[in-house]
Amino acid sequence: MAEASHDVAHRHEPPKSFIRKYIFSLDHKVIGIQYILLALSAVIVGMLMSVLMRMNLSWPGTHWPIMGTLFPTGAPGGVMSAEFYLSLVTMHGTMMVFFVLTTAPQGGFGNYILPIQIGAEDMAFPFLNMMSFWVTFVGFLVLLLAIFAEGNATVGAWFTKLGESAWAGGSGTVGSIGGWTQYAPLSALGKVAGPGQGAGVTLWIISIAIFCVGSLLGALNFITTLLNMRTRGMSLMRMPLTCWAWFTTAVLALLSFPVLLGGGILLLLDRIAGTSFFIPGGEYVSGALIPNHAGGSPLLWQHLFWFFGHPEVYIAILPGMGATSHILSTFARKPIFGYRAMVFAIFAIGMLGFFVWGHHMFMSGMSPYSAVAFSILTLSIGVPSAIKTFNWIGTLWGAKIRFTTPMLFAIGFVSVFVAGGITGLVLGQTSLDFFFHDTYFVTAHFHLVMGVASIFGMFAATYFWFPKMFGRMMHEGMGKLHFWVTFVGVYAIFIPFHAMGMLGMPRRYSNFSEYEFLKNSHGLVLFVTVAAIVTVSIQLLFYFNFFWSMFKGKKATDNPWEATTLEWTIPSPPPHDNFAGVVPTVYHGPYEFSVPGAPRDFIMQTEPEGVEVTAGLGETSGNGGNGHKH
Amino acid sequence: MGRILAIAIWFITVASLWMFLSHRWWFPEAISEHGPRVDSQFAITILVCGIAFAAAQIGLGWTVWKYRDSADKQRATYSHGNNRLEVVWTIVTAVVFISLAVMGQRVWASLHLHAAPANAYRIEVVAQQFDWNFHYPGKDNLLGRTKPEMIDDATNPVGLDEADPNAKDDAQVKTLVVPANRPVELILESKDVTHSFWVPQLRFKQDLVPGMAIHVHFTANKVGKYELACAELCGMNHFKMKSYMLVLPENEFDELTALPNDKGQFLTRKDQLLAKYPLPTY
Repeated sequence: MAEASHDVAHRHEPPKSFIRKYIFSLDHKVIGIQYILLALSAVIVGMLMSVLMRMNLSWPGTHWPIMGTLFPTGAPGGVMSAEFYLSLVTMHGTMMVFFVLTTAPQGGFGNYILPIQIGAEDMAFPFLNMMSFWVTFVGFLVLLLAIFAEGNATVGAWFTKLGESAWAGGSGTVGSIGGWTQYAPLSALGKVAGPGQGAGVTLWIISIAIFCVGSLLGALNFITTLLNMRTRGMSLMRMPLTCWAWFTTAVLALLSFPVLLGGGILLLLDRIAGTSFFIPGGEYVSGALIPNHAGGSPLLWQHLFWFFGHPEVYIAILPGMGATSHILSTFARKPIFGYRAMVFAIFAIGMLGFFVWGHHMFMSGMSPYSAVAFSILTLSIGVPSAIKTFNWIGTLWGAKIRFTTPMLFAIGFVSVFVAGGITGLVLGQTSLDFFFHDTYFVTAHFHLVMGVASIFGMFAATYFWFPKMFGRMMHEGMGKLHFWVTFVGVYAIFIPFHAMGMLGMPRRYSNFSEYEFLKNSHGLVLFVTVAAIVTVSIQLLFYFNFFWSMFKGKKATDNPWEATTLEWTIPSPPPHDNFAGVVPTVYHGPYEFSVPGAPRDFIMQTEPEGVEVTAGLGETSGNGGNGHKH
Repeated sequence: MGRILAIAIWFITVASLWMFLSHRWWFPEAISEHGPRVDSQFAITILVCGIAFAAAQIGLGWTVWKYRDSADKQRATYSHGNNRLEVVWTIVTAVVFISLAVMGQRVWASLHLHAAPANAYRIEVVAQQFDWNFHYPGKDNLLGRTKPEMIDDATNPVGLDEADPNAKDDAQVKTLVVPANRPVELILESKDVTHSFWVPQLRFKQDLVPGMAIHVHFTANKVGKYELACAELCGMNHFKMKSYMLVLPENEFDELTALPNDKGQFLTRKDQLLAKYPLPTY
């Protein structure tokens, strides 16, 4: 690469108008914050729904006057109906998986941080970036509309006019009731299949299809940016692990979202155009034969859904793994242990993630032979996951740990990831799924590993990069209190879920009192509810800290954490063009901490070669620190 | 801060392990031939999980306890890793995990990769929102033909075609009655949406998918009455799509299935037997 010509600064000024600067902005940093605010909005809805679910499970039949006022049909007299509960289940899952776990880690932090960490002044396609956010936002609005279309009689009546079967609204639920997996034919039949199956499902499908488009645009942008826009000296093996994680996530999104989009379109056609992709012949529903449908396959939907759905788990967690690796190394004041192994492990997890979707379908009626193959591949994913865990602990070994709030959440991530991931060994075995499939054991597993661990990664990322984003520190005292209550709280919620699973408690039941074999579960159910209410309440402190610190927090320096990567070489918050028109040059790997002989205990990636890293410290898996000179 | 965090991690570890080790919340007693094999495979797996979980958490706790920042000027150890360690833990976890995976196929293979034994008693199961129907072959041991057009929820829930001579002595009941110690083959179907057949004590679960007839088999070996639940979300009343599975001594079962069904004798006797056996105590 020619070096001299780039050294002349050519600045890009930010747009002057409010709309172009903050609303329809092309700046990856503004778009990143927009994604984070979207996730912060969606997560409130998702959390509120989970609290309502816990209230219904712990105190079934209780009159909650406010519920009766808000949802006269779904909670008559303030008592939540079974279908109302199931719509909470569905919308909680949809909000969390799509609009929280897919937006904040990638669209939010990835968007903001990745271009800066590789030394670019923006994403490769800024206009596409703006489009991907606003498309996603429209998807969010459509999902909110599903709540009102089913939950409000007036809005429901408007939709009913669009078509009796597919669009009927006002059934009193807060959206569809088929779960976030929306299994056909329940989701394909329309109003005849019960409450919440009209406009609730149709709008759900449209929302998710729009979301798929937004994610695809984003994925294209991430891949192009990372491959083409790295600055001088930023070889692939000098990239922070965060960038590897966001890159792999983008590849997964690029390959998996189109499948869900296709599946969603077919499902929509089954509902509104009379096709039969997922509806078999001879259906007899609610006392009548279903005419004009034949030949569809319910299993086809499951295959399409999970071909997307399993990589989606990694789309949610990989950015958290990246952030955790990055933050652990920074506050351990140690290079990441086994950089190269970490990169391979991220890629192995991403690749294998495409070959295991069938483990969601062991009991579905698909070929039992393919179940065996899926099962063995599934347990293989444990290997790269274990490698990552070993390397995280290896990073902490011999460290000088600074217990800042982001570090606490990163350590919490490791703990929760292990706790949630390890039960994959149970659930990945066909023989054990005879018992555990669709029990609370599954709910425990995926909430810990996909939900809580990812969120811990995002909390760590928020506390870590907030000073860069807003030029002010978040309040440490509030942050630590938030960590302690959340850390203990999530275990108190999700460890007892395993015990419920041991009893055989099925998921997605609005009430457990019908079954004798569940009668010993009440104490557990109540315990979890109390823990959930406490844990959700403390999140208000996080919100307060977030917005309060934005204006009142302590002013941040350029590099408050004494970190090494490129984002810490520029002002907090960064200027519109990131590097003020100067192209940075990278001389070192991303995690050069505590280098013997160096004047400080960290070497910035941009520090010239004069500060030579002492090499040859025995066997190492390398981090490219000296391997790539210009 | 490091010490408190270590103690918190260890406390959580102990509490989590206690939850499993105390056996306070555990499987209901197994009542099928393959059930104990499922339980022992689980015992091996959860032991491996427990050891790995405890080792990781104790190790994590140890590092945050030991390597918290102190006032001295000493720097952290400068190391980029250790290839030999990477190879060792990759191989060890691969061997352990893949071995578990292979072991974890055995019960599955014994039930799903073999056809039902020749002496298996065949029962057709037809699920619907939010009810279970069981179709018995009657004295001739042959299941009559069913057609969706024949379905009448009150009188003919499985849609039995009376024109078929094999259907003449067939019975349709709302309870699953099976013999003890004799293989049973279920033909699982659904009229409307996907349901799932789930009897915790049986250690068996299988979806019922509209448009498919899924053949499964198992052998129950403990006489008694057990709850049968739906395990796949099927609509608003999913939580109460409930029935019972009655496991009868072979003589009682033979006597029941030999009854003619022209005046509902099968039904009457089945109800008597259902009342005779209590549910397990939990």
